[in-house]
Amino acid sequence: MFAYIIKRILATIPVMLVVALFVFLLLRLSPGDPAAVIAGDYASPDDIERIRTQLGLSDPIYIQFFRWCGQLLQGDLGISIFSNLPVSQLIAQRLEPTVALASVTLILTILIAVPLGTLAAWKANTWIDRSIMIFAVLGFSMPVFVFGYILIYGFSIQLGWLPVQGYTPLAEGVWPWLRNLILPSIALSAIYIALITRITRASVLEILDEDYIRTARAKGSTERKVLMVHALRNAAVPIVTVIGLGIALLIGGVVVTESVFNIPGVGRLVVDAILKRDYPIIQGLILAFSGVYILINLLIDLSYTLLDPRIRY
Amino acid sequence: MQTRTFVRGVLSAAILSAGLAGFSTASAETVLKVIPHADLKNIDPIWTTAYITRNHGYMVYDTLFAMDEKLQPQPQMVDTWTVSDDKLTYTFTLRDGLKWHDGTPVTAEDCVASLNRWGKRDGMGQKLMGVVDRLEPVDDKTFTLVLKETYGLVLESIGKISSNVPFMMPKRLADTDPFEQVPETIGSGPYIFVKDEWVPGSKTVYLKNADYVPRDEPSSAAAGGKRVFVDKVEWLYLPDSQTAINALINGEVDYYETPPPDLVPMLKSSPGIVVEVLDPLGSQGMLRLNHLQPPFDKPEARQAVLYAMDQLTYMQAAVGNPDFYTTCYSLYACGSPLETDAGYEPFKQRNLEKARELVKQAGYEGHKVIIMQPTDIPITNAASLVTAQNLREIGFDAELQAMDWSTLTSRRAKKDPVDQGGWNVFHTWWIGGDIANPVSHIGLSGGGDNAWFGWPNDPKLEEMRDAFAREIDPEKQKALATEIQLRALQVVTHGNFGTWFNPVAYRDNVKGLIKSPVQFFWNVEKQ
Amino acid sequence: MSAVAESIPRPRSGLSKLISRHPTMLIGGLVLALIALLALFAPWVWTTDPIALNPVNRLKPISDQFWFGTDMYGRDVYTRTVYGARISLIVGISAAVLSIFLGLVIGLMAGYYRILDAILMRVMDGLMAIPGILLAIAMVSLAGASLSIVVLAITIPEIPRVVRLVRSVVLSVREEPYVEAAIAAGTPIYKVLIRHVLPNTIPPLIVQATYVCASAMLTEAILSFLGAGTPPEIPSWGNMMSEGRVYFTLAPWIIFFPGIFLALTVLGVNVLGDGLRDTLDPRIAKRMNA
Repeated sequence: MFAYIIKRILATIPVMLVVALFVFLLLRLSPGDPAAVIAGDYASPDDIERIRTQLGLSDPIYIQFFRWCGQLLQGDLGISIFSNLPVSQLIAQRLEPTVALASVTLILTILIAVPLGTLAAWKANTWIDRSIMIFAVLGFSMPVFVFGYILIYGFSIQLGWLPVQGYTPLAEGVWPWLRNLILPSIALSAIYIALITRITRASVLEILDEDYIRTARAKGSTERKVLMVHALRNAAVPIVTVIGLGIALLIGGVVVTESVFNIPGVGRLVVDAILKRDYPIIQGLILAFSGVYILINLLIDLSYTLLDPRIRY
Repeated sequence: MQTRTFVRGVLSAAILSAGLAGFSTASAETVLKVIPHADLKNIDPIWTTAYITRNHGYMVYDTLFAMDEKLQPQPQMVDTWTVSDDKLTYTFTLRDGLKWHDGTPVTAEDCVASLNRWGKRDGMGQKLMGVVDRLEPVDDKTFTLVLKETYGLVLESIGKISSNVPFMMPKRLADTDPFEQVPETIGSGPYIFVKDEWVPGSKTVYLKNADYVPRDEPSSAAAGGKRVFVDKVEWLYLPDSQTAINALINGEVDYYETPPPDLVPMLKSSPGIVVEVLDPLGSQGMLRLNHLQPPFDKPEARQAVLYAMDQLTYMQAAVGNPDFYTTCYSLYACGSPLETDAGYEPFKQRNLEKARELVKQAGYEGHKVIIMQPTDIPITNAASLVTAQNLREIGFDAELQAMDWSTLTSRRAKKDPVDQGGWNVFHTWWIGGDIANPVSHIGLSGGGDNAWFGWPNDPKLEEMRDAFAREIDPEKQKALATEIQLRALQVVTHGNFGTWFNPVAYRDNVKGLIKSPVQFFWNVEKQ
Repeated sequence: MSAVAESIPRPRSGLSKLISRHPTMLIGGLVLALIALLALFAPWVWTTDPIALNPVNRLKPISDQFWFGTDMYGRDVYTRTVYGARISLIVGISAAVLSIFLGLVIGLMAGYYRILDAILMRVMDGLMAIPGILLAIAMVSLAGASLSIVVLAITIPEIPRVVRLVRSVVLSVREEPYVEAAIAAGTPIYKVLIRHVLPNTIPPLIVQATYVCASAMLTEAILSFLGAGTPPEIPSWGNMMSEGRVYFTLAPWIIFFPGIFLALTVLGVNVLGDGLRDTLDPRIAKRMNA
């Protein structure tokens, strides 16, 4: 098992390398020129060329790539072209809102989706199951920003219960913090809830069909016990897998949700940076997002050994 | 109806948040909270022309001369100055008591170094430095500027109000390569920049500079005494206008620099909010044509564009609220001393027949006309749509190419044909201070390859601008400026698509805001 | 064999059976068909010019003249919504076709050639690790906005999933005795792939295509909404909503109508996909055979 863990960790290295190369090439082969933006309205082509040299943008591409990789290995994500501040500092400044939004969303999702999916499986092919599934398809189909605007319109503008947009740090109190996160996490969790509900239903359904569940039922276990102890526990592996895969969905959603609700998090940082062509920030952030995705999926893979006694390596 | 329910919602939100947040007023420190027009992304005002960095410069740095409300240069850091009889030697003496934020005194040497750095980046600065023979310190507080030939815009240049403003920095910082950002922010201005609290994309903090000695005169635009009445100014960047408006209505901020004109009625109807236009000159829209590429290499084709333009349509689409725009048939800022409608008569009304005829005369062969559309800048985005429609109406095959402003700024530098990444049309704007005279108005340059993007090639126009720069008699200057406009309209360096005024909105306990094309935060009180 | 042949339903009875078993699929299909018809006949369904500016009529609420109101440039929101359906459907269908085609080619190669497999799958893993929306925003804003770039930017992040699906089918089919026999008999590999492997990938790929289509339409809207999508002059639903943001409290109709249409269309595709999955999914088919 130890060998498996090592092997699994080593396997992430080529993946990270592919990500790094991809991100790097994507940016360097694009037509926009940060030097021209910096130089401003009055700059002559010579001025622009000088700024480009200063930023190291006129070296051959492979030299730029190796230089960048060398910096990355030292934990240096580079310096923002525009603000001249380290990218790691910019990310750190904006980490809290994003982590808060993602965690609240994740908790909300698991609290709602797993019971809902189990219920649907238990009452399979009844009207309860059908309506839960209709809601799940709806959740899949509603663009996060449309849902976000509907929520803002109803709860903030018409009813005035919750703030329209913005973010309050946790340090200023739990309630002010949570008030700002309620609508965004509902909007963001819709698609995620839909996904997890469906997977939970499918996994539990499959397991309810297995022999040992039939045995348990035959032996007179209560339905609740069958559902909670046997079915849900054994359905945990596929559910957790999907939660991991859904992290990509969540990261994408965070970017949009932060824009709609004007939350000063990492997602908005990356969108701003892309629009401004601040290369070091874009590279650093896409790499960081991908790193998080890879890390979470690594942890999930490793957790299988705990969740499912049948899996042994 | 829509507005009323909205206001009710906002009000109840305000009551709720006030009740829950338990607003603290314990400290006696007064903090002015401002929503600026953009995010402060870089902090060297010589290195970039971004308006937000210029405004940051005015907080932290001081200038030798500064424009007053009438756009006349007045001494600011300079105490006295003399001009020799041959108008070639200027001698400047600094005021007493000027100190950098690190405590050291401001010297003539610092100022010379700062002017030199600025003169390498700024357009007007480069022109000035082209006629400067010597610029050198005489003693700690005096320096001289010796010209090779007479030049009419010496004080206008070193007192220019908009980017790049010649801000004064200590010599050790001013010696930084002008193409690199200064490593520190040390000025001698009325506020001190708190770098540790700067969060790009969100927040910038300035503290009152207790050591600043203001001039005695009342403040007038950038000129006069810069008296500070608040302890701290915070710039909070909120890109979403709805959030910004709510924050102002809730009293979470005191001042909002750029409320969208369409949403102003909503602000006006909220109690305790003042909406005002502080920039009397406003901004002038510019439709720029590429003189190197067909079809606009032909003067007839360029004139056709002018005949098809209707400023009112542009302004309705781009600004919307009629309180905040006007038509202005002058290439100099309307309301500035050189304003004139000379030569504009035929273009005040659309004349599509004439325009179509000119397109024919130009021998238009159906080339694609590429309009670069900056989707992240609402006003020029709308103007691009209007221009596309105009051009199609008079027979051009216009194609909008959407991009963000940063791509536009790099692509507009390309002189190549359209199918090799070139362009035909883009839109931008200038604030009144930028286009108050034909030298600072770089759009009027006819210097061909050396002219501003679009590269009009008209040596005669360039001669006239040089003559204007050498002229020191205001009457003759005015006459020259008028001739330059006539020539520019003939050549069609660019089109003017209207003038608009950006309203500002603030809480009514904020007093003393300065009328100026640039927003300053001295003289402001929070009661 | 004969049991399988019998279980393939004849069209009409199959359709009615399908509808009775999946009533939602009927509704979804109808909604989708209606929107597709609107898109197809956009110029003839009481629309005006979708891009003509008319600033005098700006921000007019819903009325007899303007069914869905007007936007900030005085353009008719109803007309633009109808034309927007074209863009959404074009993007959805092209992204689905393109990602299935590319994914099929890569997946077949990866599944068949061991050496290629290792490299291709690492590249796919890397691609999958980059959040799709970020990748798409970056590609569009860097390469410049045009409909084809948008389709490409949406397609690329979808490819790895298709590749994995195809590869797993290839790997399982390879083990089948009749495939091994064919290889042993010296049938060229491309013939084996086309004759034996390809047919097995089709049912799951059709299902996958509907999901790609739905997600492509959503992604296009998100890209346009963030300002990195189809050129703004094109009236796509995402563009309309993006432009309407500032006017949200003043003129909510600019955002709501395209939003509702987008949600309905995606819903239609999703419901259709679910129905197809239930009828085509091999696992369910297997269970039915058993």
